[in-house]
Amino acid sequence: MIKVLFFASLRERLDKESLEMETEGLADLGAVLTRLRERGGIWADVFAADQTVMMALNQEMTGADTQVQDGDEVAFFPPVTGG
Amino acid sequence: MNEIRIQSEPFDPNIEVDILRAGNPAIGGVVSFIGLMRDINEGETVSTMTLEHYPGMTEKSLQTIVDEANQRWDLLGSRVVHRVGEMKPTDTIVLVAVASTHRGEAFQACEFIIDFLKTRAPFWKKESTPEGGRWVDARHSDDEAEARWKL
Repeated sequence: MIKVLFFASLRERLDKESLEMETEGLADLGAVLTRLRERGGIWADVFAADQTVMMALNQEMTGADTQVQDGDEVAFFPPVTGG
Repeated sequence: MNEIRIQSEPFDPNIEVDILRAGNPAIGGVVSFIGLMRDINEGETVSTMTLEHYPGMTEKSLQTIVDEANQRWDLLGSRVVHRVGEMKPTDTIVLVAVASTHRGEAFQACEFIIDFLKTRAPFWKKESTPEGGRWVDARHSDDEAEARWKL
């Protein structure tokens, strides 16, 4: 299992802070994103191909081709706006 | 001494700078950036703002940025303090303060840290306006500011 977290506008739109996902068949973060998109409805909108979604693996920002494994913490969020 | 702090309580940037420079006679200069909350953004009045972050990753990403700054320049200490939660116009949102022997390195390191904080640290601003709440959009100019440093 991996833990998937959502932040800011993504969390609000999805009305969900986190969920757990089976790792079987998940090669990388791009596959996680695709699986979320396949839930349909608002999930398909939020994770549509034309949306700018940033991602982190184990609390480090990274790209869709990063591999995932059991026990990982994955996060999806909009571009950051601190400072 | 490098200090990184995320907190919901207001803080006094002047006290932070005093602590940074205290007891080190080798420090020849301190450069600080103080980010403040404005009452107007994108032409709309903003009454309050709420800052969300990703606990754990926030501290980690700021540590990485400060470590990188220390590798690039000879620094004698730094302090990064960022507020989260609800704040109001005129509040201090963030302080980046850097000490070094001479001003040049302190100026550059301070700008480097705030530029990367803006594009890499997981903070998100939500503003309350007369039209309701809205998430602040990332600025293209912040990406350009980061790109100048060519990591």
